[in-house]
Amino acid sequence: MAVAAETIAEATLAEHRHGFRRRWYRTPSFVAGVSVLGTILLLAALAPLVTTHDPTQQDLVNTLAGPSSTHWLGTDDLGRDVWSRLVYGARTDLRVAFLAVLFPFVIGTTIGLLSGYYGRVVDTLTSWLVNVVVAFPFYVLIIALVFVLGSGTRNIYIAITIVGWVSYTRIVRGEVLVAKRREYVLAARAGGLSDARILVRHLLPNVITQAIVFAMSDIVLDILAIVTLGYLGLGVQPPTPDWGRMIADGQGYLTTNWQLATFPGIAVVVTALGLSLLADGLADLLRPE
Amino acid sequence: MSLSGYVVRRLLQAVPVALGVTILVFLLIHLVPGDPARTILGNQATAPRVALLRHEWGLDRPLPVQYEKFMGRLVHGDLGSSLFYGVNAGHLVLQRLPVTLWLIGLGALFSLLLAVPLAVIAATHRDRLADHVVRVVPLVGLGFPAFWLGIMLLLVFGLNLGRLFPVGGYGEGFFGHLHSMLLPALTVALGISPILVRSLRAGLLEVLESDYVTTARSKGLSERRVLVRHALRNAAVSTVSVLGVNIGFLVGGTLIVERVYALPGVGLLMINSIFERDFPVVQAVTLVFSLLVVLVYLLTDIAHALLDPRVRFE
Amino acid sequence: MSAPLLRVTDLRVEFPLARGVLHAVDGASFDVDAGEALGLVGESGSGKTMALRALVGLLPRTARIAGGSVEFDGVDVLRIAEDERRALRGRSIAMIFQEPMTALNPVMRVGEQIGEGPLVRLGYGRRRARERALELMRLVGIPDPEQRAGAYAHELSGGMRQRVMIAIALSMEPKLILCDEPTTALDVTIQDQILKLLASLRERLGVSIVFVSHDLAVIAQTCQGVAVMYAGQVIETGSVETVFREPRHPYTLSLLRSVPDVDDVRELLSTIPGAPPDLADLPPGCRFHPRCPFVQVDCVDGAFPLRPLGGGRSTACIHHELAAEDARREPVIAGG
Repeated sequence: MAVAAETIAEATLAEHRHGFRRRWYRTPSFVAGVSVLGTILLLAALAPLVTTHDPTQQDLVNTLAGPSSTHWLGTDDLGRDVWSRLVYGARTDLRVAFLAVLFPFVIGTTIGLLSGYYGRVVDTLTSWLVNVVVAFPFYVLIIALVFVLGSGTRNIYIAITIVGWVSYTRIVRGEVLVAKRREYVLAARAGGLSDARILVRHLLPNVITQAIVFAMSDIVLDILAIVTLGYLGLGVQPPTPDWGRMIADGQGYLTTNWQLATFPGIAVVVTALGLSLLADGLADLLRPE
Repeated sequence: MSLSGYVVRRLLQAVPVALGVTILVFLLIHLVPGDPARTILGNQATAPRVALLRHEWGLDRPLPVQYEKFMGRLVHGDLGSSLFYGVNAGHLVLQRLPVTLWLIGLGALFSLLLAVPLAVIAATHRDRLADHVVRVVPLVGLGFPAFWLGIMLLLVFGLNLGRLFPVGGYGEGFFGHLHSMLLPALTVALGISPILVRSLRAGLLEVLESDYVTTARSKGLSERRVLVRHALRNAAVSTVSVLGVNIGFLVGGTLIVERVYALPGVGLLMINSIFERDFPVVQAVTLVFSLLVVLVYLLTDIAHALLDPRVRFE
Repeated sequence: MSAPLLRVTDLRVEFPLARGVLHAVDGASFDVDAGEALGLVGESGSGKTMALRALVGLLPRTARIAGGSVEFDGVDVLRIAEDERRALRGRSIAMIFQEPMTALNPVMRVGEQIGEGPLVRLGYGRRRARERALELMRLVGIPDPEQRAGAYAHELSGGMRQRVMIAIALSMEPKLILCDEPTTALDVTIQDQILKLLASLRERLGVSIVFVSHDLAVIAQTCQGVAVMYAGQVIETGSVETVFREPRHPYTLSLLRSVPDVDDVRELLSTIPGAPPDLADLPPGCRFHPRCPFVQVDCVDGAFPLRPLGGGRSTACIHHELAAEDARREPVIAGG
């Protein structure tokens, strides 16, 4: 009986994989997302090759210069090359955003799995905690946390984890509540499998899809948070280039050098669009037919 | 169950959440690495000054005692004394709250004015060009950092185009406020309307395929009346909920937007206090904002119950 | 004999799908005389609901009408502008749905929903529309209408909700009411009350009814005429009495034999072997031939249109005498 239950669970998973292989290239948003994000990741990875200057190197003779053959997008108020800072900024912000999404994903999914499966006190307590955290406006709590913890990437991860786990818990908990009434789980339970095995082998593969889809759009939220913290001076610390800080620095020169605040913002929007398209396409692909 | 019964039950549900909020806000100080009093006062502060603050905030007592004291002060409206301004942090927040409430209200209004027509056009032209265009809006729109959007609006409407709108400040009187709030409120609205468009469109599509809309059509009503009297009235129920659920997003947006436009609201107070390392004020703002959200959730559910008579019976 | 109130000829409704075209209604023909109740009967998926909805232009968004004509009072409803069709809805042809809970607007008081047609379409004032709503509620047997008018759908019982739906359908005095399985969602005693109400309203108001159901007993109780549908086609028509006593199509016969017989006249309970065909991949020839107990070699290809037998009956079966013989040998009687 337990064997049969495992077979059913695996068949469901295999169906997803099969559908994914068959259809990914026919989902326009997925293809567009992969192309946009792939280009940005490639640029970031090859940063030393596609840039002409050290992003932190100042040139006080050549400040606030317009675009030229040496400085493709001009220079900022300290004479640094804007294009180089933009590309290295992608490195920083994408790395931090991708890492930042991992912790809430893992922690939130685990808590959601446990509270959905065991119910009772665990669930009541979790739901209460989720409701409390959700009551805090996203940016208010993130900013307050980074303030008390101190700025820097490590504390950004901690702040985003404290705020972000709740979404994964909500999603996974809901999915578990549905899945645990399905036949394959009931069969696995009746077959005497351990709770740990049911949770990891049977429930997790079936409930993780929604969490993965959400994680893609969550990265968008995290990039925005990181850039916003950078703008407020609470994010990645200088001299490491970061889009948010670049916009903040450029804001003072809005009337004379509008491009300084504009380009990093466009970079954020394009990156976020790539991620949103990818999330949208992924949601389409992973939806069972 | 009657409406008042529902309200009472919902109020009782909000109490543990509000308590949880105070606990989390209270615990903020203990997240400060090392000695909080030392960290907050900085390295230049003298040892007696640090010791005084530690005692004043009760940091030398056990946690439950500290929380009890914190709650005791809270019920008397005492949110601690600002290190920078030297006055009650709660008063500082209350003083600046009207600006922020204006911004939230106007932002919510603008977001509805933007989102509802777009969603209606998309849902009534399903799978046609207008629908496809509207469906792209959330994909692009959600990626706009609110502060950058504000700067760009400032660049276009505030600095160029004949300086149509003021670039900072709060203005005088009702129309002064309205005028100086237009760009900030628009920024806030543009930030949240992608979410609204997406869920309102989905809600409308569901309603338009429902049996009671078919019944309305079977009466030979015009599509306009079907849409306005039957579909929108039901879709409004979900819109209110969506707006309520995203109030946290909206409030967080005002924080950043106040900074961009130098609006003297609670958000700007918070950010300035962060640079002054004025912990009590940051704590007070966090508490007031989140209790505001709890209140809005409550009001949303009551509005939902008023709009949808089924809710009260569940 | 004068022309019928409604004449449906060769009606076709399709759903374009990724894997081909689904023929939900594929050549359905039937007539309804003034003051008559016609039962449209068939298994689920036989196209009876789609045929009904096509009559008033209330098909789902993805459906399209692929052919045929629907003559109502001498006008082809399928060939007039949408605005004219809309003008017919409610005032000439009204509709009652299967699930009164979802068919009523959850956030509008039922009195308002009943009075909406007269208010908007007939130009009644608010007060007169309300009076009309109360009058209709009394007509359909809703007790204490003054109070019930202020209720929401979820505050009423299933039977009361369906009475509200009937009141809505009657509100603009239509000539024809289309009923889509109006009693399926109700329990048996309530079902009986609603059927009796519909029958008495038809007699008192002289309104015609098309009654879609999968339940032959319900059709027998309510209707004079019957049209049997299978796989998108009408395969047999006639009066309820003749068709139910001596079916002239093997499908009708099988359907009658599968009715659980409350009067215990018949001992055998047969169900039809096999499943209805895939509407996107129909078998050639007679659509029932893969399941037919009397199948002959000439059943597997060619067209099988409805042909008149005389006595107001018609059938699509070319070997209808086989079904008739079988029915004579072993009577089917199902309340008819």
